[in-house]
Amino acid sequence: MKLLATLLLTLCVSLAWAGEATSPKIDIGKGGECVKDPQWMRKNHMHLLKHERDDAVRKGVRDEKHSLKNCIECHASTKDDSVIARDDSFCVSCHRYEAVKIDCFECHSGKRKSAWLQQREAK
Amino acid sequence: MSDIDQMSIDRARRNFLKTSAGAAALAIAPGMMLFQVAHGDTQGASDKVRWGMLIDTNQCKEGCNDCVSACNKENGLSGKTGPTDSQWIRKIEIKDVSSGRELSLPMMCQHCEHPPCVDVCPTNASMKRADGIVLVDKHRCIGCRYCMMACPYKARSFVHEPLTDQNPDVPRGKGTVEACTLCVHRIDQGLKPACSEACPNKAILFGDLNDANSEIAQKVRAVATTQIRADLRLNPGVRYQGL
Repeated sequence: MKLLATLLLTLCVSLAWAGEATSPKIDIGKGGECVKDPQWMRKNHMHLLKHERDDAVRKGVRDEKHSLKNCIECHASTKDDSVIARDDSFCVSCHRYEAVKIDCFECHSGKRKSAWLQQREAK
Repeated sequence: MSDIDQMSIDRARRNFLKTSAGAAALAIAPGMMLFQVAHGDTQGASDKVRWGMLIDTNQCKEGCNDCVSACNKENGLSGKTGPTDSQWIRKIEIKDVSSGRELSLPMMCQHCEHPPCVDVCPTNASMKRADGIVLVDKHRCIGCRYCMMACPYKARSFVHEPLTDQNPDVPRGKGTVEACTLCVHRIDQGLKPACSEACPNKAILFGDLNDANSEIAQKVRAVATTQIRADLRLNPGVRYQGL
């Protein structure tokens, strides 16, 4: 009996813990659905970005809708205009949770263009 | 009788259909244009185009640095000129020793038709776009710097330090080689390169060398222009007048 109770208890605790952990806190910025539904995007956004980056750089085919810049335009936080600035920023929160390193922002800006321009003019 | 009537009706119907179809096509055409503007250029770079520049050294003033600062501002370069700082465009002063004639001119990537940097690149990162712009695909660049060695114009720089706060239109990063992109992000939006726009004396003329009616093609046809190190037969897209 005691064993059963312990088992149940551990199960409940772990379930509760798992439930909490399956939802990383995300600041989605303005959000909205412009390419596909969120579940599809969670699974496939990297394929879109990777495929279209070669087309954009090498062939000059710039599909604004699927560009990283366009993602950032809507998903940058409304607080700091960035997708990478904080732990709950749009890109960082999930990537940290899944332990997948993002290389994009070593070269690409994580800021909304309008905010970057404002900052440059202020300098 | 009924046959003839039928024929005339048919003709009227046919004409009506023709004109209405024309009207529909007109209505769609501006819509298509709007779509293209809203979603960027889906055609990509065309090989009918050869982007180039004609630099009039007579108009380029000694001590003026406006093209360099415009480039730095546009592409987010520091503007420092140390050995490990990126410089995409430099102002150089030259002097003919025998005559004493002095000249000032900007030097940058010459966007060759046969670029040596592309020949030597082991990863195909260094590449020439269909419209003649020579670029580094930083997704592939491993930072070996062969291209820097190969370039006879010393046009390329290597990024030594981590960078932050890049222009969202101009990604740059540590460990990759970079050079003048002819402001490709601006060209794709239908704008002129930043240096060309900034020059107070209009010394940098930008345009399509392949388009016989463009200002640059007409001028190249009319006046004597020079390609630097033409003996290498790389056919640079950047030409100089008054050298």
